[in-house]
Amino acid sequence: MFKLRSILGTNGLKKDEIVTILDTADTFKEISTRPIKKVPTLRGRTIINLFFEPSTRTRTSFEIAGKRLSADVINISGSTSSTVKGENLIDTAQNLEAMNPDILVIRHSQSGAAEMISRCIQCPVINAGDGFHEHPTQALLDLQTIRETKGSLEGLKVAIVGDIAHSRVVRSNIYAMKAMGMEVRLVGPPTMIPVEIQKLGVSVDYYLEKAIQDVDVIMMLRIQTERQNRYLLSSLREYSNLFCLTSKILEKAKDDVLIIHPGPVNRGVEIALDVMESERSLILNQVTNGVAVRMALMYLLLGGSDDSVN
Amino acid sequence: MTVLIKNGRVIDPANNLDATKDVMIVKGKIEAIDPPGKINIDEKGKTSVIDAKGCVVCPGFIDMHVHFREPGFEYKETIESGCQSAAAGGFTSVAVMPNTKPVNDTRSVTELMLSQAKAKGIVRVYAIAAITQGLAGECLSEMGDLKDAGAIAFSDDGRPVMNNELMRRAFEYSKMFKVPLIQHSEMLDLTEDGCMNEGAVSTELGLKGMPVEAEDIMVYRDIALLEKTGGRLHVAHISSGNSVDLVRQAKAQGLPVTCEVAPHHFILTDEAVRGYDTNTKMSPPLRTAKDVKRIKEGLKDGTIDIIATDHAPHDLTDKQCEYQNACFGIVGLETALPLTLKLVDENIFSLSDAIKKLTSAPADIFNLDSGNFSIGKQADVVIFDPDYEYEIDVSKFHSKSKNSPFNGWKVKGKVLHTLVGGKVVYSAVEH
Repeated sequence: MFKLRSILGTNGLKKDEIVTILDTADTFKEISTRPIKKVPTLRGRTIINLFFEPSTRTRTSFEIAGKRLSADVINISGSTSSTVKGENLIDTAQNLEAMNPDILVIRHSQSGAAEMISRCIQCPVINAGDGFHEHPTQALLDLQTIRETKGSLEGLKVAIVGDIAHSRVVRSNIYAMKAMGMEVRLVGPPTMIPVEIQKLGVSVDYYLEKAIQDVDVIMMLRIQTERQNRYLLSSLREYSNLFCLTSKILEKAKDDVLIIHPGPVNRGVEIALDVMESERSLILNQVTNGVAVRMALMYLLLGGSDDSVN
Repeated sequence: MTVLIKNGRVIDPANNLDATKDVMIVKGKIEAIDPPGKINIDEKGKTSVIDAKGCVVCPGFIDMHVHFREPGFEYKETIESGCQSAAAGGFTSVAVMPNTKPVNDTRSVTELMLSQAKAKGIVRVYAIAAITQGLAGECLSEMGDLKDAGAIAFSDDGRPVMNNELMRRAFEYSKMFKVPLIQHSEMLDLTEDGCMNEGAVSTELGLKGMPVEAEDIMVYRDIALLEKTGGRLHVAHISSGNSVDLVRQAKAQGLPVTCEVAPHHFILTDEAVRGYDTNTKMSPPLRTAKDVKRIKEGLKDGTIDIIATDHAPHDLTDKQCEYQNACFGIVGLETALPLTLKLVDENIFSLSDAIKKLTSAPADIFNLDSGNFSIGKQADVVIFDPDYEYEIDVSKFHSKSKNSPFNGWKVKGKVLHTLVGGKVVYSAVEH
């Protein structure tokens, strides 16, 4: 039985909970390959996507996930919400809850926003990314993508490369991967490694070529130019010289290494075009799996049990 | 009107007194302090008698760091509500910071604050005026005129004086008026957008950190300047272990440096921020357990001279929001005593030392004519039961604002009566 009421982060998720989510997602994945991509599972349910930050992938993925389960999905973006009129976030959430949605999905630029909302309303909340804090559905779809290729997760080594400090994807992946018995190595310039991150049970390396040699998975992160503090980098050119994943660097890696990226990609900055398009790259599989993982979470949060999917 | 406070444990650190005594107050002044029963009441009925058996009777507390928000932000606190909060916390004197609207950088604002306080007649209010005009950090305020209007010290609190040249000149200029400068020590270019201490917890929560070095660098800069300029430096709300060391060294060199600590900085650590409770957001931020340990050492060896609350009332609307957007600060007047007594229980200092840091020590630093029970002094008195246990309930605060992280804490030590100039300005309802 799935006991979680909300998905605010992967911090605290137990291994069996993650396995339940991934197993359920595996089952749901097939629905998206059917000619009629819809099951009646959540008919009559309402899901609100409340997005205060720009998003293509995640917002669309949540919308498609809800619709393929026959839920009514409403999208609200920051620019169309009452927050532009000065409405407090809590008031916005409580007003939406007054219309009796079954799940509120929230994406917000500030760390802790989803947790704050979940304390103020009864409706289940899915955190679709809050500041630099967590992005749990991304971590879960990353795990599903790795698992379906590698077979299992236990003992795998992962290198996560890029702007670690400003990445919610990293934090969610660290918790989820540690829970699944994986080893995590963070790679990036010291200006982008947050203080005391080792306390989360990870190692840190500054040199890409060395750091990727023994890993099973390389996760490249986008350099988030839109929220960059001007002192963190000398130039994108130098960043690319030091941290771009090229086929030359990949020669040092294991033959069966997998490459993932949460997107959107800055082509040629953190990852070379040919690497991005190589067969070791699972970037588009991640996007496909994102729909399945989100369907699974919606289903599980609304009372479905993992053994009654079929 | 005379008041007799009987059978209390009278603690008067300035006069090295800690004994069971009766305290006689006549015409608002300390008339006599004698062994129990020795003082005779001549005219029965005209003397009000307070039985303080089992309680501590000491000079009223002095808080050199409060924000009363008037003028400008009366929805958070007024001088009247702030004074009521002070009285309820056992404080008989407070010094209000200048970050009001308009800023207290001119005679008329100082006069307004002081006359408002006098009209309400609850506790004594002293004004701390701005070092720079508009707290803008560009041009010195009229310190001479402000001092003449009643300002006792200068600070840009809430904002540090970032410009080195300006700070140097401020020290030099302030020498003419023999007034201390109080610095909120924070290198702003290191703390931009920060909202909590930088460390393992900020990394985990994904909140922009404020590194402890931002405090240390400015404390060191001010000490370095002071050596040459002369003047007096008082470091506000010290929160960093390294800064405590810097002050300790400066004092050893004989420099005129003093400092204060707020109770939350010796009680809480940045672990309290987990869960994003905005009542854990203050500046300087809650630091690590290591810093707290060194703060306690500083309190123990006297490096930290005084305890001041940094009482910073904020309305719910300023706190019930995303962590990053929330205002900095918490109310402190009504929780200072029980939190300080925790350190007495931990044997960090004696009860008498604790009281000293709340009474005679601030009076000495800021040259106030209070903080002791010398015969003939104004009778500012607090009577508290150090053993009374209760649960902190913010809804019962006298402050207009309820932004405290200590709501629901079980604590010991309750103020029963507060007297200012011999007049009872607060009495606990229940006990």
